[in-house]
Amino acid sequence: MAARDASTPTTARPVVEMSGITVDYAGVRVLDGADLTVHAGEVHALMGENGAGKSTLIGALTGTVPIVAGTVLVGGEPLTPTSVADSRAEGIATVFQESHLSPQLSVAENIMIGHEVRGRFGISWSRSRERASAALATLGIEDVDPRTPLEALSPATKQLVAVARAIVLEPRVLVLDEPTSSLDEAEAARLLGVVRRLCDQGVAVLFVSHFLEQVLEVSDRMTVLRGGRVVAEYDTAQVERAELISKMIGEDIDALQALHSERLEHHYAQSGPVTLRAASIGRRGTLEPTDVDLSRGEVVGFAGLRGSGRTELARLMSGVERADRGELWLDGAPVQLRGPASALRHRIAVSTENLRHEGIVAALTVRENIVLALQALRGWTRPLSRAEQAAVVDTYLHALHLSPEDLDRPAGELSGGTQQKVVLARLLATRPHVLILDEPTRGIDIGAKLDIQRRVAKLAGEGVAVVFISSQLEEVVRLSDRIVVLKDREKIGELSNGPGVTVDTVVEMIAAELDGLVTGDDA
Amino acid sequence: MTATTPQKTATPSGPDGPGGNGSRLPALTRRLRVDRRYLPVLGTFVVLALILAIGGVRYENFLSTGVLANLFINNSFLIVLAVGMTFVILTGGIDLSVGAVLALSAVSTAFLLDAGLPVAVVLPGAVLIGSIIGLLIGLMVHVFEVQPFIATLAGMFFARGLCFVIAPESIPITDEAFVALAGWDTWIGGQWRMTTSVIIALVVIAVAFYLLHYTQFGRTVYAIGGGEQSAQLMGLPVARTKVLVYVISGTCAGLGGLLFAMYSRSGYSLTGVAMELDAIAAVVIGGTLLTGGTGFVLGSVLGVLVLGLIQTIITFEGTLSSWWTKIFIGVLLLVFVVLQRVLSLRKT
Repeated sequence: MAARDASTPTTARPVVEMSGITVDYAGVRVLDGADLTVHAGEVHALMGENGAGKSTLIGALTGTVPIVAGTVLVGGEPLTPTSVADSRAEGIATVFQESHLSPQLSVAENIMIGHEVRGRFGISWSRSRERASAALATLGIEDVDPRTPLEALSPATKQLVAVARAIVLEPRVLVLDEPTSSLDEAEAARLLGVVRRLCDQGVAVLFVSHFLEQVLEVSDRMTVLRGGRVVAEYDTAQVERAELISKMIGEDIDALQALHSERLEHHYAQSGPVTLRAASIGRRGTLEPTDVDLSRGEVVGFAGLRGSGRTELARLMSGVERADRGELWLDGAPVQLRGPASALRHRIAVSTENLRHEGIVAALTVRENIVLALQALRGWTRPLSRAEQAAVVDTYLHALHLSPEDLDRPAGELSGGTQQKVVLARLLATRPHVLILDEPTRGIDIGAKLDIQRRVAKLAGEGVAVVFISSQLEEVVRLSDRIVVLKDREKIGELSNGPGVTVDTVVEMIAAELDGLVTGDDA
Repeated sequence: MTATTPQKTATPSGPDGPGGNGSRLPALTRRLRVDRRYLPVLGTFVVLALILAIGGVRYENFLSTGVLANLFINNSFLIVLAVGMTFVILTGGIDLSVGAVLALSAVSTAFLLDAGLPVAVVLPGAVLIGSIIGLLIGLMVHVFEVQPFIATLAGMFFARGLCFVIAPESIPITDEAFVALAGWDTWIGGQWRMTTSVIIALVVIAVAFYLLHYTQFGRTVYAIGGGEQSAQLMGLPVARTKVLVYVISGTCAGLGGLLFAMYSRSGYSLTGVAMELDAIAAVVIGGTLLTGGTGFVLGSVLGVLVLGLIQTIITFEGTLSSWWTKIFIGVLLLVFVVLQRVLSLRKT
């Protein structure tokens, strides 16, 4: 389905016509006169970096963001929604990320809550479940029991449940906001198939994703935003990738390619002394005993599907979770890590996958966030002086291209990319010998991604042992000297990276059971 | 518990240990997790049965007399409080005001009856006082985003203070209609006695069960407990629901005050001191998580019965100080909280 025919029904009136949409947030103009039209039966992608205004534009359509100026027409009728319920009533359904469902409620409840089927005595759960089942069947996951609690499902299935929730009311417009960000490639492909099918049934789909390839595969047309303004509109079939990216970031993209070739040239064959050695490290129910060596100056990628044990291995190696078997050796001596603080004292720094909950402290300013770990390392009885703080912050401000005006803003207000940089700066301030990064580039824009990848490469050059984990295999392959491949909570092999190694090499290693893991519950 | 019996998922449960056949593992764990939702309530039930068994073995007449019936009669007001509290705790909130509101309702009932107002006016009025205080608390929590702990603490002081303003001394209730209503009972076979207060408590339980499981409001309560932002994004009426749970809890407290007035035939401003804590304990022992989202109203009822039974046992023992009740409740509470912790840890 890569090549979409260009016969988009442009003759009929668009389902969604937004024009001149302007939104202010806390005194800042975040959306400035944006226009958007979406037709029935097309997938329309919204492109742009973090903070470009994509989510705001969607919010204006779905009623979660109040607009200052501009008009929204849905099916030719003016619409001023003030809540999600309002826009739903007009046939606009939003698929949020799976994390925005209720884990304790059952699948059927998650799909039907808010529009349950009423019987004579309140909600008729049997009929509500039937409708939920029907929606699940549309999505090809009829094997999921609607009575299952949502939390028992895999992330991919949860995401499909979120889609089911949106389509059960047969909307005219389906909005998907980063629907694939927590999915593996095969899972994402399945979701995109569903999107395509819905669109063929005449639904207008508005699609937002950071994954360029997915957007190019699934969309018919796209609108590109930058800094709150619409900068371009394309037919996907005719768009040129380089042009699209440069429109998004406002500069050209050769830098990425340069980084890749640079990495390949300075490829580091493992030879230096082993810094951190995991010997048969494991934890019951989490990870089978695994051996991994990290050497000075190398980047080791952990590759595998979500749930393969890559995150778990990182957490065990960094003391975030305690191993119940095997041991860790640091610079040739056995070491006990009793938690992240103890790891930090041994110069092992870790950034976890879950940035919002385990990474930044949202209420503290960027400046305070950056010095946090360094201060913890020194002990609270010896506070960093202002000058020292300023020096530390200054160093990483430049190294990571943070903007100075963000320094005194609460970190929670900033975009994901900036938050990720702040976490990285905090870790680097402790001058670690081992740096473990779990999904440092997830959900952030391409410019920030580039900054972080560059920085990782540079750190390795300075002698730090780096573990790099990412769902995007291209990244892992681009950056790593060595790739540890995991599957089913077990290390299945190691690849020494080199010119012959590609994403396909890694995928082939994992591939055998790829299909079986798509929904995670085919028993 | 959506109109349901425990799940009968027709999936084979293979002998999969960790690292076993990966494809069958999810089905197996899924089945186990469904059971887990009911585990805390089952645990409460087991404890209840255990206490009954111990009592039955140790003391004659423990099971044969009207002990069980009296359990309902003596604790009907606490059942009503715990039911209201369950709504609030399910949303992740807490209501510290209910003990004081109960007292206020009881005192108002006695005061108004003493002043000569008819029962038909006084009874709804007393309940309404609870609803209004609940509404004020709910608005504080929602509109001004005051922490539920603080908002209900304020409500508690306010209601308690008001009790003393109305009547510093205990007021006996002599109104004939009220006494007749409070004294009415019927034998429903064997030792089982039904009183007005038991009937009210049973109706409250039934209504609460219906609200929680068969209305959108009830499902929204659970959804808010699972994550307020998620509930909002799902387009659910979060604001209205959050206010309503405090209205319900306040109403239950008002009703509880009526039941307490029937029970004690008086209104006294110092009744129900720390009773909100008993209600919270019952809810927690009944398997509801203080973080919200998980729990069942029937569990809370079982929790009240467990508390009541402990008290009964201490009474039967005779030599023990009644303060031992508190110690046992404390221990039990700890056991249950640790148990829940273990369950949720095993899950992850």
